Amino acid sequence: MASIEMKNIVKKYGDGFPAVNDVSIDVADGEFMILVGPSGCGKSTLLRMIVGLEDITSGDLVIGGKRVNDLAPRERNLSMVFQNYALYPHLTVYENIAFPLRLAKAPEKEVDEKVRAASKTLDLDEHLERKPANLSGGQRQRVAMGRAIVRDAQAFLFDEPLSNLDAKLRGQMRTEIARLQKQLGITTVYVTHDQTEAMTLGDRVAVMKRGVLQQLASPRELYEQPVNLFVAGFIGSPPMNFLPATVEDGQVTLPFGTFPLPAAKSEKTAGRGLLLAGIRPEHFEDATVLDPAAVDQARTFTAHIDVREWLGDQQYAYIPYDAEAQVQDQLKELAREADSDSLRTQLVVSLDAQSTGGENDEATLFIDTDQMHLFDPSTGENLTLNA
Amino acid sequence: MTNSVWNKVGTVVGALLILVWCLLPVAWIISLSFKSQEAVTNGSPGFFPKSGGGAGWSNYKDVITDDQFGRAIINSIGISLIATILSVIFATLAAYAIARLEFKGKRFVLTTALVIAMFPVVSLVGPLFDMWRTLGIYDTWLGLIIPYMSFTLPLAIWTLSAFFREIPWEMEQAAQVDGATSWQAFRKVIVPLAAPGVFTAAILTFFFAWNDFVFGISLTSTENARPIPAALSFFVGADPFNRPASLLAAGAVVATVPVVVLVLFFQRKIVAGLTAGAVKG
Repeated sequence: MASIEMKNIVKKYGDGFPAVNDVSIDVADGEFMILVGPSGCGKSTLLRMIVGLEDITSGDLVIGGKRVNDLAPRERNLSMVFQNYALYPHLTVYENIAFPLRLAKAPEKEVDEKVRAASKTLDLDEHLERKPANLSGGQRQRVAMGRAIVRDAQAFLFDEPLSNLDAKLRGQMRTEIARLQKQLGITTVYVTHDQTEAMTLGDRVAVMKRGVLQQLASPRELYEQPVNLFVAGFIGSPPMNFLPATVEDGQVTLPFGTFPLPAAKSEKTAGRGLLLAGIRPEHFEDATVLDPAAVDQARTFTAHIDVREWLGDQQYAYIPYDAEAQVQDQLKELAREADSDSLRTQLVVSLDAQSTGGENDEATLFIDTDQMHLFDPSTGENLTLNA
Repeated sequence: MTNSVWNKVGTVVGALLILVWCLLPVAWIISLSFKSQEAVTNGSPGFFPKSGGGAGWSNYKDVITDDQFGRAIINSIGISLIATILSVIFATLAAYAIARLEFKGKRFVLTTALVIAMFPVVSLVGPLFDMWRTLGIYDTWLGLIIPYMSFTLPLAIWTLSAFFREIPWEMEQAAQVDGATSWQAFRKVIVPLAAPGVFTAAILTFFFAWNDFVFGISLTSTENARPIPAALSFFVGADPFNRPASLLAAGAVVATVPVVVLVLFFQRKIVAGLTAGAVKG
């Protein structure tokens, strides 16, 4: 077990395009670190540089206090689970798991002990003599993990290990990986594009975009204090709403009305012209289901609800609005970067399951401006960070 | 009758026609090899030998005990096997490089290989004859192994590089992360996975070497290195004007048997879908 330090790592391909640009991340010993971002953001490239399958153009990679930039993968003593598992089809499950030990020329007795222990941990005992072709997706996944845990590697690396599984199995395996990592207490770097995995698994999460590290923080901090528009829009499902806003005299003006803003936030943003307000769906509520005494009337507005999606424990309501062309372009760009499509400018709000109304209803909604963030539309920077 | 029944009948009839078309010459040779020399000379058109015209196994005994023919069998087996093994080893290494590495002149190697494969063999026999005599490898095993190997390499390289390309990169990377050197990853993961390709290439190479006549007859002069196809053409009995057709037929059957055995043996190895289950399909 060891810590992994990445110092100003750069990866440039032949055409000079930096796939990973000046990324510095310290993974502490025993920490579960997640690399997350839309496709093409360089997260897999970074992982492959850690394991040694890609050359590092510049920067230092230090594992367990030793610079490993120029070491071959086999000299780094890391184990990796590949996206498509990469099991050896000509070997049985037993031999697949034993493969790293056999290469290390471990004695037969030790091989057997370790393979049996790994297969027990992963519940593979009854499949040891089968070939990978005869296993289900989840079983193959476990074999791939068995191959990783069977030797005493310095760290585990996962490259989108769950993306080939169906939704139900993915949930189970996610819990399984979290449990295994806690149990073994081994340093882990985990690449994913799925933000649910990122939020639930990681001690810390590194959000990347186009090769640049955007924010490195705990899942809670990412969610509550995103440093810029990209992180704010990428983390959270349904995503954060972005609305054109102007701040003046402690009031924020949104397309739905003007609401009071906490002093700390308004001080930092007043007089800066057109801004983008980011507010999460759950920071709206149907005013009628709240305690009337607790509702600040100044922070309510009426809106026409286009569609309601009732999920049992809560519901999502969609409220379309018109935005200026400039804001629309900005939002489109943002959605494109985060790998999603936004077809129209609309507000997504998460309401209490008790809230009712027909399909064409007008609702009075409460907006919690304490939780609102304001972003500079040109740089994307969060102006109200920790305010 | 329904359509599906007609379909079945049609398939069976079609298959029988093709079988008869392909196997009739083989069957005729076998029939010929069991007839006595007199029966052939006198004209014995029936498929089964007429009474008194059958020779039993005597033709086969004569062929096998014949010194010249025995030598030819050993020559053929030895030369073909060595040429096959060498060709497959070189082709495996070359194909792996072509499938996996980016290097200058990769296209050149591939096109050159194709050009060699397209070159008419006969046009090279003359120069080779001269060269081999100068080099002193005329009428030796080596003199045949070299051309067999060079002429089968292109096909083997093309076949194998197609197989290597099918093997996911990740297999090899996984092996390297698991602690294998490049060579270990190649030997323990890539080659076993490419086994069907290796056997396909081996069979094709062996057939070429085994069936070759042009090199066999031009680059040999004695039974020192003469392979079976050439030996058969020299197979004359006591009377040069009356060639021993039934003996020749027996020789031809004997020459075919190793090929049939080899195909049956390797066929089990050429199983498709060996890579199934490596990655999520």
